[in-house]
Amino acid sequence: MSETATDALVIVNASLYGDTASDIVVVDGVITSLERADAPAGARTLDASGLVALPGLVDIHVHLREPGREDAETIETGSRSAAKGGFVAVHAMANTTPTADTAGVVEQVASRGAEVGLVDVFPVGAVTVGLEGKQLSEMGAMANSRAKVRVFSDDGKCVHDPVLMRRALEYVKTFDGVIAQHSQDPRLTEGSQMHEGYVSAELGLAGWPAVAEESIIARDVLLAEHVGSRLHVCHLSTAGSVDIIRWAKAKGIDVTAEVMPHHLLLTDESVRGYDPRFKVNPPLRTQSDVDAVRAGLADGTIDIVATDHAPHPDEDKDCEWAAAAMGMIGLETAVGIVQKTMVDTGALTWRDVARVMSTTPARIGRDENHGRPLEVGEPANITLINPEAPWTVEPSATASRSNNSPFGGIELPGRAVATFLRGRPTHIDVSLEGAFA
Amino acid sequence: MKHLLGTRDLSREDAIRILDTTAQMSATQEREIRKLPTLRGRTVVNLFFEDSTRTRISFEAAAKRLSADVINFSAKGSSLSKGESLKDTALTLQAMGADAVVIRHWASGAAQRLADSGWMHGAVLNAGDGTHEHPTQALLDAFTARRHLVSDSEGKGLDGLTVAIVGDILHSRVAGSNVALLKTLGANVVVVAPPTLLPFGMAQREDISVYYTLDDALEAHDLDAIMMLRVQRERMTGGGSGFFPSPEEYTRLFGLDRARMDRMPDHAIIMHPGPMNRGLEISAEAADSPRSVIVEQVSNGVAVRMAALYLLLSGEEAPQ
Amino acid sequence: MTGTILGAPDISRALTRIAHEILERNEGHESLVLLGIPTRGVPLAHRLAERIAQVEPAFDAKARTGSIDITMYRDDLRSQPTRSIGSTMLPEFGIDDATVVLVDDVFHTGRTIRAALDAIKDEGRPRAVQLAVLVDRGHRELPIRADFVGKNIPTSRSERVDVRLAETDGDDAVILSGGRA
Repeated sequence: MSETATDALVIVNASLYGDTASDIVVVDGVITSLERADAPAGARTLDASGLVALPGLVDIHVHLREPGREDAETIETGSRSAAKGGFVAVHAMANTTPTADTAGVVEQVASRGAEVGLVDVFPVGAVTVGLEGKQLSEMGAMANSRAKVRVFSDDGKCVHDPVLMRRALEYVKTFDGVIAQHSQDPRLTEGSQMHEGYVSAELGLAGWPAVAEESIIARDVLLAEHVGSRLHVCHLSTAGSVDIIRWAKAKGIDVTAEVMPHHLLLTDESVRGYDPRFKVNPPLRTQSDVDAVRAGLADGTIDIVATDHAPHPDEDKDCEWAAAAMGMIGLETAVGIVQKTMVDTGALTWRDVARVMSTTPARIGRDENHGRPLEVGEPANITLINPEAPWTVEPSATASRSNNSPFGGIELPGRAVATFLRGRPTHIDVSLEGAFA
Repeated sequence: MKHLLGTRDLSREDAIRILDTTAQMSATQEREIRKLPTLRGRTVVNLFFEDSTRTRISFEAAAKRLSADVINFSAKGSSLSKGESLKDTALTLQAMGADAVVIRHWASGAAQRLADSGWMHGAVLNAGDGTHEHPTQALLDAFTARRHLVSDSEGKGLDGLTVAIVGDILHSRVAGSNVALLKTLGANVVVVAPPTLLPFGMAQREDISVYYTLDDALEAHDLDAIMMLRVQRERMTGGGSGFFPSPEEYTRLFGLDRARMDRMPDHAIIMHPGPMNRGLEISAEAADSPRSVIVEQVSNGVAVRMAALYLLLSGEEAPQ
Repeated sequence: MTGTILGAPDISRALTRIAHEILERNEGHESLVLLGIPTRGVPLAHRLAERIAQVEPAFDAKARTGSIDITMYRDDLRSQPTRSIGSTMLPEFGIDDATVVLVDDVFHTGRTIRAALDAIKDEGRPRAVQLAVLVDRGHRELPIRADFVGKNIPTSRSERVDVRLAETDGDDAVILSGGRA
């Protein structure tokens, strides 16, 4: 085979953004035409009839666990899971061991991601040294390293000290960075196990009140306004938080917010069996919160969907609720849940999904080559979704090293079936093997 | 009944069956030979992840009086230093052939987790899980109240009686189980606590009367029984996390003393799950008064646990 | 053979005869205690006591009759659904040195009586224990015999004998059913 043939691909008859049927011709990692007639001789062909083509998905919030907890996930297994879920880029959170709070660690993560090559791995830098909330980490060094970090977060912990938060918001302006805040008042959530409400009262589990999230978001948007910085709110989960963001945006404050697939689908009722697969931080909220975050995502108050993919080994979930780790895996179920909760309900179009899962997260993370439109001359980062392929989630069948999905046994209407990173297939679903020649 | 995990999911029929069985067990405890051969050859494991000598010896006495073999398994550990995992412990017990496991655990839901996990096949009896449930305590309270306040009590609930529960409702598994069981048995439930020690949403419940001082509750109701809960000293202060300002203020607003006791009808009884803080939630005068049934609660505890073990273990073995 | 084996008059006559036999055998009523095995042994014990009192007016039928529950002494607890426990009500003075007459409706394998003997042993030390039954249907599995029998009814194992009593069932009858020819 000649080199030209190897690097050329034509995706035939895909539904671009879920509306116009079109072909996509890719040569050397770039979209060169939307007409199959322009494909070079020997190009590989993928029949994409019935599939939706979106710009490759970007997840701004994942935990890849490497370095330190390779028993839960590695950059390789996490990248494979991401590609399988339709993602071409992920931002890997800083709560590793050692913490990603120096240029050395973020460069190591970035280079390991590049070596695996299944998705672009953008390390998130810690805001404070060791995530301890005491002293700013050397964010400038991380920004100027080969990893070019633009997103900083102590995710898992809240930057609680208001002075420290103010300084961080100001400081990252130097390199157009953003602080992604884990909004959780630590004092209001000491020992908390689940959402504080009727269910927590019945189950005897210490509550994580909505106000502990909302009070931090309210403070942070006011700080962001005061210092003229941009703020990103991680895993927004309550109706009150949606109201605060809506108010802040109306005031012109430069804030963006993300919601997790599990907060779009599940409620605290799931906790009743004390199965720790449903233990997550922030916790599963009530149905009215679910309704509010769906509405917020639909009207643009919430900017993006991110997964908070948080792998844990079985032993950290196969135990008493209070002893279990918080978090759930979610890379491979994200598209199906967004379709189920937002697209099939008429709240979002597939073009909107491209916005909330690709364009906007790439813009927030300053991933210049991601979230680009499916147009001639753009990088060929493409996700193909089969919206009519119902499947039942089987947690042990994921590419992730961990099995802690709360969605086991749930039927989802569709899934990502092919992912291309700069024209190279990083995931081809078994259902397409015959269609890819 | 396969397990006894809590009172919230206990039907009225099952609850009354346990109380009636308790009455029969209680009768056997008054004779010279108190041992029964009923559970000969069955093994009951007392699995305690949290110290509670009182509850453990009560279950131990109950199992031994029914001739079961008893193994005490103390598995120390906290959320911080996990120690042996619940799963490994359960697998061990399964291998040892435990027919029933009495579990006491610091984590809410641990008993249900053990029952649902498939790690072991035996019956699970919840002897207190975190701040969730303590069903045998609620059943012994109900049994004690029924014996004193309901005539010809066999087959009957607590219909129409008014029972007050006073103290730390938020953290009390005893209160959690009692509120649910008293409602199931038809009693009017009065809850008295500072707002800081009420579970989410309880003040809004229409099927419970909530008061923020004991005097208000005594003013509004003719109580048939009052249950005083133990004040956990570590909850009182501790920087900004104290649930009430001082023990003195608690006693002034919520303590049961002579004057308050005299405001109850003559037949009303006083209960306390023990151990008491005399002078804090209850005065010595009230604790030692003729209407106090606190000591009787302890002996009824053995009978109620005998009944629970009998009902869980005597029936047909489920196919494994 | 299916149908009513004994009617109300038959049952009444049998109990009267047993009452006389008890008095005869024990040469009086001084140390007698009648203990019925729940459910239907209890009303039968009360009826026997009343008949004894008719013959011997000094016999305090109420004070000398009780019940003894054998549920917790059964040897088949693990092969049956969970049974409710019946009540044990002994005479106020106990059963030490008494002559206890156990009363039951149907005498079959002997296992119930074995359990009752164990239960009695835990309650005290009677001078003697005797057994009175309304119906003996045979098929003993233990070396136990009755002292007083209302009626011997030969049965096959597949048949059922049901005793109905006015106190528990509204009328008096002994019914045989379910046999195969």
